[in-house]
Amino acid sequence: MSGRLEVMKTYKLYINGAFPRTESGRSYEIKSHSGEFLANACLASRKDLRDAVVAARAAQPGWAKATAYNRGQIIYRIAEMLEGRADQFAQEISLQTGATAKESLQEVSEAVDLLVWYAGWSDKLPSLAGATNPVSGPFYNFTVPEALGVVGVIAPIEKPLFGFVAAIAPILVSGNTAIALASSSAPLSAISFAEVVATSDLPNGVLNILSGQQSELAPWFASHMDIDGLDISGLAVDQHGTIKEAGVENLKRISSFAETAEPGRILAFMEAKTVWHPIGN
Amino acid sequence: MNFEYAAAPESRSVVKIDPVYGHFINGKWVTGTSHFNSINPATEEVLSSIALGTSADVDAAVKAARNAFDKSWSKLSGRERGKYLFRIARIMQERAREFAVLETLDNGKPIRESRDVDVPLSAAHFFYHAGWADKLEFAGVGTTTTPHGVVGQIIPWNFPLLMLAWKVAPALATGNTVVLKPAETTSLTALLFAQVCQQAGLPEGVVNIVTGDGSTGAAIVNHPGIDKIAFTGSTDVGKLIARAVSATNKSLTLELGGKGANIVFGDAAIDEAVEGIVNGIFFNQGHVCCAGSRLILQENIADEVLEKLKRRMEKIRVGDPLDKNTDLGAINSAEQLAKIHELTAAGDTEGAARWSPNCALPDKGFWFAPTIFTGVTQAHRIAREEIFGPVLSVLTFRTPNEAIEKANNTPFGLSAGIWSEKGSNILWATQQLRAGVIWANTFNKFDPASPFGGYKESGWGREGGRHGLSAYLKGSAK
Repeated sequence: MSGRLEVMKTYKLYINGAFPRTESGRSYEIKSHSGEFLANACLASRKDLRDAVVAARAAQPGWAKATAYNRGQIIYRIAEMLEGRADQFAQEISLQTGATAKESLQEVSEAVDLLVWYAGWSDKLPSLAGATNPVSGPFYNFTVPEALGVVGVIAPIEKPLFGFVAAIAPILVSGNTAIALASSSAPLSAISFAEVVATSDLPNGVLNILSGQQSELAPWFASHMDIDGLDISGLAVDQHGTIKEAGVENLKRISSFAETAEPGRILAFMEAKTVWHPIGN
Repeated sequence: MNFEYAAAPESRSVVKIDPVYGHFINGKWVTGTSHFNSINPATEEVLSSIALGTSADVDAAVKAARNAFDKSWSKLSGRERGKYLFRIARIMQERAREFAVLETLDNGKPIRESRDVDVPLSAAHFFYHAGWADKLEFAGVGTTTTPHGVVGQIIPWNFPLLMLAWKVAPALATGNTVVLKPAETTSLTALLFAQVCQQAGLPEGVVNIVTGDGSTGAAIVNHPGIDKIAFTGSTDVGKLIARAVSATNKSLTLELGGKGANIVFGDAAIDEAVEGIVNGIFFNQGHVCCAGSRLILQENIADEVLEKLKRRMEKIRVGDPLDKNTDLGAINSAEQLAKIHELTAAGDTEGAARWSPNCALPDKGFWFAPTIFTGVTQAHRIAREEIFGPVLSVLTFRTPNEAIEKANNTPFGLSAGIWSEKGSNILWATQQLRAGVIWANTFNKFDPASPFGGYKESGWGREGGRHGLSAYLKGSAK
C-alpha cells in the first residue's frame, strides 16, 4: 500500500439508462469471500421494480422495431465493451466469490463469447422459428416469431457475471426489454455490467438492473401485471411452484433453463404470430 | 324480389345414438356409475345419457394410458404410429356424414358448418399430423423428439370434434397417449371417435375418453400420473388449471378466450369486409374464441358499413341446424344463452344501442338473434368481456394508431382482422396487433398446417403446424 487512498465505487441500480439509488434508501452489505467489506449495494424495493417496469415497457416498442441487424450489433457492442474491461470484472468476481484469478477471467471470457453468440442469432432465429404454412386454400399464410414484451429475470446466485449475461442476452436479442435482479449475494458484477451496457448504444430502459433480495422481490416480479415473461433460472427449484402460481394472474410465460447457449432460451420469450391473406386478382 | 327458401333438412337416419354411453377406457366401454342427459339444444330433446366420470374412472384411464405408453405406443416406430393416424383420418372421412349430423344434433351448429368445416378439418388434422410421426427430428428449434408420456386433454363444446382432433392428433403423432374429456354438453362425437379408434385397430389404452363435467376435468388436472395437460376453454378455468399445476412437473398448454378486433380501414373493399364481419361474428353462433367480436370501423366509412351490414344481417337464416339453408343455429346450452342475455342486458344498461334483424326464433330450444351494438365505448362490458354468442360490438376510430390502440386494449390476444386494400398498411397493422392469429381481408380461417393460439391472457402455446407439434415434445425449457 502506498500513501494513496483508493476511491471506492458506489454501486447503484440501473433504471432507464440512469444510475439511481433505491427509492427506499436501503442498502445491504456485500462482503468478500474472505469476509471483508466490499460495498453497500442497494436493497431494491417493490417500487424500484415498478419504476423499472415502466421504463422497460416504454422502451419495448422502439427496441423491437430496431432492425435485427441493429440489435445484433448492439449486443455485439456490449461484448466489445466487456472484453475491454475483462481484468476489472475478473477481479470483482474473485473478490465476491473467491474464485481464482484464472477462473474469474475464464468466466468473463465466456460471458463475452456468449454475448457474441446471442448477437448473431438476432437475424437468423426468425428464419428458423418462423414458417410459411401450406394451407389448403388460396391463402398466403406465414408465421413469424415476435418479442414477448417485458421480461423479468431472477439471475443465478452463482457465476454472478456469466449467469447474468446468459439470462439477459437471449431475452434482449429478440426485441424484449428486461428487468433483471442480480445475484443477491454477489450483485456487484451485474451492477458493473450496467456501466458496460450504458456505453454500448443500448437504448435507455431496454435493460434495467436491480440488486436486492430474491425472497423479497421475486414474488413481485411474478405478480406484476405488466411483466409478460419471467426467467427463474436463478431461483431455487423449491420456490418455482409458488412463483409460477403467482404469475398465473396475467398468464405470465415463466421458464427456467439448464443450458446457457440455447436458442430455446430466446424462443421461450417470443410469441408466434400467424397471418392469413387471400391470394387472387 | 324476395327469395323464399324451402326447408332442406339433412336426414338424421345416418346416425345411431345409444340411449346410454359409458367411458372408453383401455379400448373397452366401461359403464359409468352415474349419468347426465345430453340434449339437442335446438329442440331440448334428450339425445342420450352420458356417464359422469369420477376420479376412479380418471384413474383407470390414466393407468391404461400409462400402460399403453410403456408397453405399446412408445415402442412403435414413428412410421407405424403415423399409419394409425392415417387410418383414423381415412375412417373419419368415410364416416363424415355421420359425424356431421351427430355434431349438429349435439351442438346445435348448422349442418353446413359441421359438414363443410368441423368434420373435414378434423380429418385433415389427423392426416397432417400422421405425416409428422416419423419426422420429429425436423420439428423445430429447441425441441427434442421425446414425448411427455400421458397427456390429459380437456376440450370445449363449441367445436367438439375439431377440438378433439386438434388435441389428439399431435399427441399421438409425437408418441404420447391420451386421456380426453369432452365438454359436458357435447360428448357424442368424441364417443363416436372412440369407435373410429376401434375400427383403426389403435392399441388399447392409447386413447381413453372419460365423459363428465368440471369435477371430471379437475380429476384429470390433479392426477399425479399425467405428464402434460392441454386445455381449451375459458380464461377463468385456464387460470385455475395453471394454478393447480404450478407446483408440479406437468407441462401445460392453454387455448383460452378472446375479444378479437376486426378493423375496417377507410380504403377497404366494403362488400367483402361486410361478408368478413358476418363470418367473423356469426360463424358457429359466435361460439368462437377467436371471433371478431369487436368491429372497429374508420369513421369515414362507418355509416356505409353499418348500413350494408344490417342489410346483410336481415338475410341471415336462423333456425333448424339440420336444415342445409341455415346460417345461424342454436345456442349450445341454456347456461350459455343466459350468459349472452346477461351481457347484452349490460350493453343496454351501459348505453350502447342494440339492433337485430326482425327474425322469428323457434319456440323450443335455445336461440339468440344476430345482434349488433353501436355506440360502444372501450369501458363497456360488451367491449371487454367475451360474450361467446352472435353479438357484435361496434367502435370507431379516426387514425390508424387509434385503431391499433383500441384493438390492443384488452387482456386477450387471440385473433384480429384487418380490412384494407393497401399492402403496406396491412403489414404495418399486422406488426402492431398483439394477437396470435391475424386475418387480413379474410376471417375465421383454420388449417392444420397453420399455427393457432394466443398472446397475453388468451393462452400458452400454439396448436397446428410445426409450432403446435412442439408442445407435445419435451423442450429445452423446463
